Amino acid sequence: MNDWRDDIFQVFQDHDIRQVYHVPDAGHSRLIEACQKSNSIRTLALTTEEEGIPLAAGAWLGGQRSVLLMQSSGVGNTINLMGLTKTLRFPFLTLITMRGEQGEFNSWQYPMGQGTPKVLEAMGVLVTAVDKAEDVKTTVDHAARSAFNGGQAVAVLLRQKLIGIKNFGKK
Amino acid sequence: MSTATIQRRPLVKKILDGADNNLLVVAGLGSANWDITAAGDRPLNMPLWGAMGGTVPMGLGLAIAQPSKRVLVITGDGDMLMSLGSLATVAAQAPDNLAICVLDNEKFGETGNQATHTSPRNNGPTDSGAGADLSLIARGCGIADTGTVRDQADVATLVTDLRTKKGPVFRLVKVTVEKLEFVMPPQDGAHLKDRFRAALLGSP
Repeated sequence: MNDWRDDIFQVFQDHDIRQVYHVPDAGHSRLIEACQKSNSIRTLALTTEEEGIPLAAGAWLGGQRSVLLMQSSGVGNTINLMGLTKTLRFPFLTLITMRGEQGEFNSWQYPMGQGTPKVLEAMGVLVTAVDKAEDVKTTVDHAARSAFNGGQAVAVLLRQKLIGIKNFGKK
Repeated sequence: MSTATIQRRPLVKKILDGADNNLLVVAGLGSANWDITAAGDRPLNMPLWGAMGGTVPMGLGLAIAQPSKRVLVITGDGDMLMSLGSLATVAAQAPDNLAICVLDNEKFGETGNQATHTSPRNNGPTDSGAGADLSLIARGCGIADTGTVRDQADVATLVTDLRTKKGPVFRLVKVTVEKLEFVMPPQDGAHLKDRFRAALLGSP
């Protein structure tokens, strides 16, 4: 079986994703590197996740599809501008690596991690989650269909159980 | 007191004079929105009524998607101050078709002309800022071609730079504080997006 991060990259190719936005992230790093090496995808490093929403709107105005990759801790940075997805009604897809779920080592990650689905839903974003590697491809593919065919704003939460719990070298 | 002499409305009209299908414009909320609309509403204008801090990134996403078109971002100092990091993102991508023009009146115009951080320091108890220089900040973020325009005599060059010079181009224009008529484009965001895409791509 493929690595699930490679499955996501394949879904990006299948849906003609042309711009990918990210901040540095351990969970997404393999996918980000695949995008950086791709000839068809322009990869943009952001100073804050907030930039990703208007970037996606601008890309869509210009006829290109995009995806925002972020951590749950970055979701809070996007919330006001997330309203653009409702105001402009443009297709929007974000993949979120989760922190602050059951088993998390770092107490500072819990507030935004636990708040992530609630604040996204409050802004009208459709939220779906995946915690098994074998389900990643189908889940992200369906999310991309909802976004780019159905015109929705969609977030896929990549559960901590899927990514692995960061342990800072401790057992 | 600001010593600016350039008035924003006639300036923006000059910047957009003769705009054709090769010029895509994104304007920040408030005064810049009303300014580009006063110059003549057109489908290839994307005037923002909100989304403060989103103007420059929206222009960047558009510039990357449409490399053969000129993309011009026109916004104010308040909006620009809210997304300084996006200037570094622009510098990292270095789109050669993107120009950013910040109309700096040193005020938050829509909320009653309170001082922004570009206002001078020690300017009285209610009107002091930090003397922040957005052109220097843009330069410091890595945009090589930056400049500040204060005199009417430099406007012709400014217009040429914004419309044709290899990007990314960043220009700060010091403009006067004025009470101007609200000239409003359509407000519905989905409509603005759809008419833009229809004009640019042939279908919404």
